[in-house]
Amino acid sequence: MVESEILIKELNLWFGNNHILRNITMPINKNKLTAIIGPSGCGKSTLLRCFNRMNDLIEGVKITGSIFIDGKDIYSEKTDVYALRMKVGMVFQKPNPFPKSIFENVSFSLQIKGKLNKQAISQRVEKSLRDAWLWDEVKDRLHTQAFELSGGQQQRLCIARALANDPEILLLDEPTSALDPQSTIKIEELLIELKKTVTIIQVTHNIAQAARISDYTGFIYLGELIEFGPTEKIFTTPKDKRTEEYLTGKFG
Amino acid sequence: MRAFKQTFWLTLIKLGIFITILSLCLFLFLIFTKGGKVISLSFLFEPPKEGMTKGGIFPALIGTLYLTLGSILFALPIGILAAIYLSEYAKPSVFVSAIRIAIKTLAGVPSIVFGLFGLALFVNFFGFGVSILSGALTLGILILPTIINASEEAIKTVPQDFREAAYALGATKRQTIMKIVLPTALPSVLTGAIISVGRAAGETAPILFTAATFYTRRLPKSILDEIMALPYHIYALMTEGTAPKFQVPIAYGTALVLLLLVLTINLVAIIMRYRIRRKKKW
Repeated sequence: MVESEILIKELNLWFGNNHILRNITMPINKNKLTAIIGPSGCGKSTLLRCFNRMNDLIEGVKITGSIFIDGKDIYSEKTDVYALRMKVGMVFQKPNPFPKSIFENVSFSLQIKGKLNKQAISQRVEKSLRDAWLWDEVKDRLHTQAFELSGGQQQRLCIARALANDPEILLLDEPTSALDPQSTIKIEELLIELKKTVTIIQVTHNIAQAARISDYTGFIYLGELIEFGPTEKIFTTPKDKRTEEYLTGKFG
Repeated sequence: MRAFKQTFWLTLIKLGIFITILSLCLFLFLIFTKGGKVISLSFLFEPPKEGMTKGGIFPALIGTLYLTLGSILFALPIGILAAIYLSEYAKPSVFVSAIRIAIKTLAGVPSIVFGLFGLALFVNFFGFGVSILSGALTLGILILPTIINASEEAIKTVPQDFREAAYALGATKRQTIMKIVLPTALPSVLTGAIISVGRAAGETAPILFTAATFYTRRLPKSILDEIMALPYHIYALMTEGTAPKFQVPIAYGTALVLLLLVLTINLVAIIMRYRIRRKKKW
């Protein structure tokens, strides 16, 4: 078995009295792309937001269990949530650049850290934009508004913005669901390239996408992890009847 | 019968619109014809002369500018901070409800009461005397509720997406507010602030006992000097004048200048709002 960088252990999550995630245990492998699939409302996005503790922001949330990253439980009291979120980047469903320039978007996380000088920031911005395959399209207009970009470019800008923190893990919440097919293909290819250096966890509604680009797949249904394993195995010989029914389109 | 009811109803609606437009037109016509006669460049840039029967309104114009500028310098930062608290930090509680009621009440207090309050607190208790400072502070408190409400509305319209993006990058709540939420909301906040500046410029009662003086030829040297102001100048000319034949036209001229000033300020706000809406892409 490949070395696992992240381990979810007996994770439970409630919003008020709603038990959203039920006793999830699942490994995530380093430098692989793990897809989390399942019908809408099953809790897959909520699970994704556990990795960078974004659920902490929601009133009335209760979480038990652990997520270990590099051997440390991120739900222990000692965890610095802000440092965690720099290490674990996130890209959202709808491209959400700040209403600022392209440059300011990518440099935001560097500015708030406040440790780098101007030149170092420029270098990091360029590297992040290159890594997100956006540099050639924007290098002549770094100071124009991010909203001038197309949807697909905006999403790659959001990826560049997350990469500027030099994260170990990148979380993507249905990153292509608001995009056209061409932009989608470009982002899929980008993710395959990125996983060489970053561990990627992606939530997707799009079963075909999970089959195309992921190495491992976890199927979540009604808050439970029904099945987890190498994508090939899950898609060809699912063990659980529910996984098979979901993948063949019987529900979802 | 039905047709009659319909006609009657439509006539009533049209009458409502007609009366509104007519009174506005009459109002503008009156102010412009009566005030237009005395307005000239020297009217704007000369002090009053010969017992305020001749000359211009320069000290009053400057006074109004100082007072409104001072009030906004005081009220804007406080109003924005209060709005940040209410929209980003306050959790529903009795205390927060009490603050909201207090703000609503403050907005409904008659302006002459603000005048008395300013007299008691700033003029007497703090010992600022009748001065620009006392007047600006009193006006500032008068416009505070408007600024808080406008700022809170503006902050609320900043999409949650932006906040989430900032948090996901490791920003603290303070960084998210200072670097993302506030800059995004700022144009709308300022639009609200400009409208309240218009309000402050036209108020008489709050400065009556706190800042305004009947007559001075010289311009103020410090913020502790008393000062003339446009609305109070009108009031003084109409109530305490000794030669109404000369002074009433000057009062109308002053009214026209004040009206144009407030209209210009509001126009700036309208243009700003229009540009924000056009630029906004989220």
